[in-house]
Amino acid sequence: MTQLTFARAINAGLRKSLENDSKVVLLGEDIGTLGGVFRVTDGLQKDFGTHRVVDTPLAESAIVGTAVGLAYRGYRPVVEIQFDGFIYPAFDQIVSQVAKLHYRTLGAVKMPITIRVPFGGGIGSPEHHSESPEAYFTHTSGLRVVTVANPQDAYTVIQQAISCDDPVLYFEPKRRYHDKGEVDESVDPAKALPMDKARVLTDGSDVTLVAYGPLVKTALDAASAAADEGISIEVIDLRSLAPVDYEPVVASVRKTGRLVVTHEAGQSGGLGAEVAASITERCFYHLEAAPVRVTGFDIPYPYSKLEMHHLPGLDRILDGVDRALGRPNSLSGLEG
Amino acid sequence: MSTDETGHGGAQTPESAGNPGTPGQEFLQLITPAGERISHPEFDFWVRDITDEQLCSLFEDMTVIRRIDVEATALQRQGELALWPPLLGQEAAQIGSGRSLRADDFVFSSYRENGVAYCRGVDLTDLLRVWRGNASGGWDPYSINMATPQIIIGAQTLHATGYAMGIQNDGADAAAITYFGDGATSEGDVSEAMVFAASFQVPVVFFCTNNHWAISEPVRLQSHIQLADRAAGFGIPSLRVDGNDVLAVMAATRLALDRARRGGGPTFIEAVSYRMGPHTTADDPTRYRDANELEDWAAKDPISRLAGLLDRKGLLSPELQQQVKDKANAVAAEVRRGCTTMPNPQPMDIFKHVYSTPNSWLERQQDHYARYLASFGDPAGAVSEEGAR
Repeated sequence: MTQLTFARAINAGLRKSLENDSKVVLLGEDIGTLGGVFRVTDGLQKDFGTHRVVDTPLAESAIVGTAVGLAYRGYRPVVEIQFDGFIYPAFDQIVSQVAKLHYRTLGAVKMPITIRVPFGGGIGSPEHHSESPEAYFTHTSGLRVVTVANPQDAYTVIQQAISCDDPVLYFEPKRRYHDKGEVDESVDPAKALPMDKARVLTDGSDVTLVAYGPLVKTALDAASAAADEGISIEVIDLRSLAPVDYEPVVASVRKTGRLVVTHEAGQSGGLGAEVAASITERCFYHLEAAPVRVTGFDIPYPYSKLEMHHLPGLDRILDGVDRALGRPNSLSGLEG
Repeated sequence: MSTDETGHGGAQTPESAGNPGTPGQEFLQLITPAGERISHPEFDFWVRDITDEQLCSLFEDMTVIRRIDVEATALQRQGELALWPPLLGQEAAQIGSGRSLRADDFVFSSYRENGVAYCRGVDLTDLLRVWRGNASGGWDPYSINMATPQIIIGAQTLHATGYAMGIQNDGADAAAITYFGDGATSEGDVSEAMVFAASFQVPVVFFCTNNHWAISEPVRLQSHIQLADRAAGFGIPSLRVDGNDVLAVMAATRLALDRARRGGGPTFIEAVSYRMGPHTTADDPTRYRDANELEDWAAKDPISRLAGLLDRKGLLSPELQQQVKDKANAVAAEVRRGCTTMPNPQPMDIFKHVYSTPNSWLERQQDHYARYLASFGDPAGAVSEEGAR
């Protein structure tokens, strides 16, 4: 076991994949000589060469579109989108090509493409650098969407994503890049918890709190604070956003009777809505209260001086927990 | 009709003068519209091996794909196909380039390259699957080294460029070729593909068929310079050829493929042709197109041009004409039979191949829908737009 940051853990996972499979190639802006703007690909071009780790011209549609052609040729491309807000120029290639080619060709052509996207806010960046665009992709069939919440998962799941024959969007919580954690590099990704499974992080009996990516840490902090008040929260790290692994969530809500979902993305049409609706369908008679969403607002990502108002923090999550429990909260007395 | 010294006649109206792709402007030509073989110091080299027999075979292929087109259009009119994108007028561009390819080259086309697919040896029934509504692809791309039709305009140029990056990585001597129209040159993906192709010097050929119309929009709306001239801005050499001249197209494509294979990087070919029919069977070109323009281009028909050459060479015998006609009719009959006997897909097929590996969301929906269908005595009769209850 070694202590690694998220960024180093992903780097180590990419390195393993490059070593294990000569068909793995990395493509992206600034990923070679510079090692990526977050240094996630640091040193990889030096060790694997410019044909395995390719610095590309600045064109996101082309980065993804050429990955499609490489996949046609039997490669397993791993592309880096430099920031969340830069993924939109590649949207067509992702949703109309990467996601659909396996279906379009009746399974003849595989698209084992991993699209790495540093996402989320909290780093004081300007516009386009702090977005949470995951719902656009969870809505697209043919794609798998995953995110990670600790360095061990960051290390393991990147390798699982690369070896998956389906295209995977791998969302990296950029404000956690420098957080450290224990990483066992001897873990065999094939034997580790599969990337499409959720994980229950704390045992609780009062409220089920579902989070993913950067907010898992905040959710754990909230659970710890709630415990001081005698409230027992079961925190679930969703890990996979498409498909969502509902079984652990269903089991938890049947036990607690209350659900809070939190994410940084705006509320409307977000993943929280999907989780709340699915759990309501499956657990209606077990629910003691309506599911609660604690999310970012339906606004463009705000200027950084105010971003902490937009991002769900520990207190907003606890306020949501209070709503789920029917305890006094910021919306008490408000009808509807 | 006037005929200028390069052999292309055309309406030189003030409106059309200076339009990209306007007839009368310089392009490579080896057969005049009248069917006269004209020599070219550089490009004759690339078709020097084309025998009389092969000329006859090119004539046959072009005639056959026109016949497939007619048959498929008829099938659409008879309600057997939902839609069909005719290639009428573009036979030389498709056969000339398609016949230049090797088996290990890979094609990324749009939705109109049925003639190229024919050259790749596509199963004729497979050509119709998309348009009958039985599949969203049609064939296994690896079976003929040709991707299935691409409907998003220009998206495939990036796939070809990426595939060519793979060829380069593999150290193979094959090439990728991508087909797109004049309208596609306005799409960002085509520009991005040229940026990447030039940057990495990969073995890809950009084959742009300038058929003058992107549905109702004329090529002058896409570009104020000749399309071939755009490539220079990306550092990609280009060739502008008479797209209705099968030998010129072949010479240009062979040159470009050879350059790609020898590590010379990408080439852009503008094949100047004309879409004689509608964009698709749902289109009505009489709403936007001048009948005189059509008439001018009819005089430059690619098949009658090659027939003219064969005639001059004494090859256009009644026997050949009958043989070609018989072949075309036989192929058309096969197309019709393949279309009308194609089995309908089964309801649960819609869930197949979305993922390579199981997806819990989809498995649940699939299971629920199977239960729903099973709740009817006859699953096939369970679903209608009006509802079965």
